[in-house]
Amino acid sequence: MIDFTSAQIDFSLIAPEISLLVAAFIILLGSSFKKPAQAAPIIALLGIAVSISFISNQWHHQVSGFYGMVTCDNFGVTFKLLFSIIAMLGVLIAQKYLQVKNINKPEYYALLLISTMGMMVMANTTDLVVIFLGLEIMSVPLYVLAGFARRSLESNEAGIKYFIMGAFASAFLLMGIAFIFGASETTDLRRIVADFSFNLSQSRTLLLSGIGFILIGFAFKVGAAPFHSWVPDVYQGAPTPVTAFFSVGPKAAGFAALLRIFSYGFDEVELLTNLFWGLAVLTMIVGNVLALKQTNIKRILAYSSIAHAGYIFVALTVGGSNAISSAIFYLIAYTLFNVGGFAIVTIMETRSNAKPELKELNGMAKAHPYLAAVLALFVFALSGFPPTVGFIGKFYIFSEAVKHGFIWLTVIGVLNSFASVYYYFKIIKAAYFENTDAEFKRFDLNLSMIVLFIICAVGTLGIGLFPQEIINISKSAIFAFL
Amino acid sequence: MELSITAYIIVAVVLFAIGTIGVLISRNIIMLFMSVELMLNAANLVLIAFSLKLNIMDGHAFVFLILTVAAAEAAVGLGMVINLYRNRETINIDRFNLLKW
Repeated sequence: MIDFTSAQIDFSLIAPEISLLVAAFIILLGSSFKKPAQAAPIIALLGIAVSISFISNQWHHQVSGFYGMVTCDNFGVTFKLLFSIIAMLGVLIAQKYLQVKNINKPEYYALLLISTMGMMVMANTTDLVVIFLGLEIMSVPLYVLAGFARRSLESNEAGIKYFIMGAFASAFLLMGIAFIFGASETTDLRRIVADFSFNLSQSRTLLLSGIGFILIGFAFKVGAAPFHSWVPDVYQGAPTPVTAFFSVGPKAAGFAALLRIFSYGFDEVELLTNLFWGLAVLTMIVGNVLALKQTNIKRILAYSSIAHAGYIFVALTVGGSNAISSAIFYLIAYTLFNVGGFAIVTIMETRSNAKPELKELNGMAKAHPYLAAVLALFVFALSGFPPTVGFIGKFYIFSEAVKHGFIWLTVIGVLNSFASVYYYFKIIKAAYFENTDAEFKRFDLNLSMIVLFIICAVGTLGIGLFPQEIINISKSAIFAFL
Repeated sequence: MELSITAYIIVAVVLFAIGTIGVLISRNIIMLFMSVELMLNAANLVLIAFSLKLNIMDGHAFVFLILTVAAAEAAVGLGMVINLYRNRETINIDRFNLLKW
């Protein structure tokens, strides 16, 4: 058992966060030199590498420190590793795009690292207030990143919309934390959980409304219906590498916090299961139905990311340790193929100023056979076909749902998954079967993009074929949870 | 006269509701910011009130953290509004219709 209020000040607990922050500050300081943007991605990658080496030392160390404010457990470590990979992909995807769009500023990398650090803070604690602080450290740089193309009106608009929605959600979350603090006299989840049933009988209204507020706040953050209205706009307006980053990063961080708070803490409230059931169904249906009519690939991927959040909510509804590990597995899988999908959009946009419409893909199969195959792989994974990792992830979640008797939820989920095939295959149709002789302006690939495609494609296919290792990791992630 | 905890909570909830309505109906971004700040301060009030009632210092400490966060958010947000105003010469959100809202 972990000592709740261990006063131990152990900096190895927060070493990954510190190394990211140091790298970010070096980049910011270095921006006063000539041609700073060339060194920045290298420094960023180095910082992430150092961070990963610190994280791998924390595996299987159950330690709490800083008066219980920081807790290292396998759950946090798994998510921190995922965030580092996301940050790495975010650095790789951006280079060419930033040059072409004339926004090649070192601040991009610094903000990316600080935001990643915020996600790590979120995953690395059991204290609600520290979760809130981590969320803000994550979000504030993201607002700037969404509006990073300062001259582009769309980007400005996306930044402002994201900012307003994010701040609004934070206020809800904070109100919820304040209510829970009032009801249980502490903000540490472990102590809240320990006295939960007693507090529930004492101050039921306060506790339940607190939980409700927290749920609303996080539903906004992860883009679950009915709080999803900002998602497609912001995803479309923001620079594409940024979109790729925040379609996976904040989503994983939000679900890390949701899993931590709800699957462990408050699973005694029966009402919550019904609430999550509704959220899951609504999110899946809204995401998939609204995606059907889109022709802009960025918007298709935005709606599909809403639908994917719905699938993860299925795991949250089910609850229990296996369902949590299935959610973790799905988040890892989703990161790989979703960033891959956005990377294709990114190279489409670096080629010309054209919007990433479906018809821009016509003739791709002939001009770039390998890249078209990679695109097809990501689309198969998004729609959940074997042998990709998308299939394994969905199968894992839905089989857990069936085991716990959520038959209707599973049926709705699987039907949604079938419906999504329609709009995903519009992408494949555009690339392979429509106007195959169309004039195709060739893509201009650079080294970092090739590395990114190799990582994403090998991950999508490799984990799909040999999932056991990652499943084991996601199973041991909840070993001695909290 | 000693006020009961309920009084504080009612004031805070009313403030929070005013803030929420403000975010939903106002058309000016500066007004939106102020509404969000009002919501954050409502949460601060709840934290302080409970801290006082339960006689523990945690709530007071958290309020300082939250004030800092709110300041950082406002700085970033106002910077973005200035940039937006330079490009568009308006801060009325009805005019931001490039992306389907």
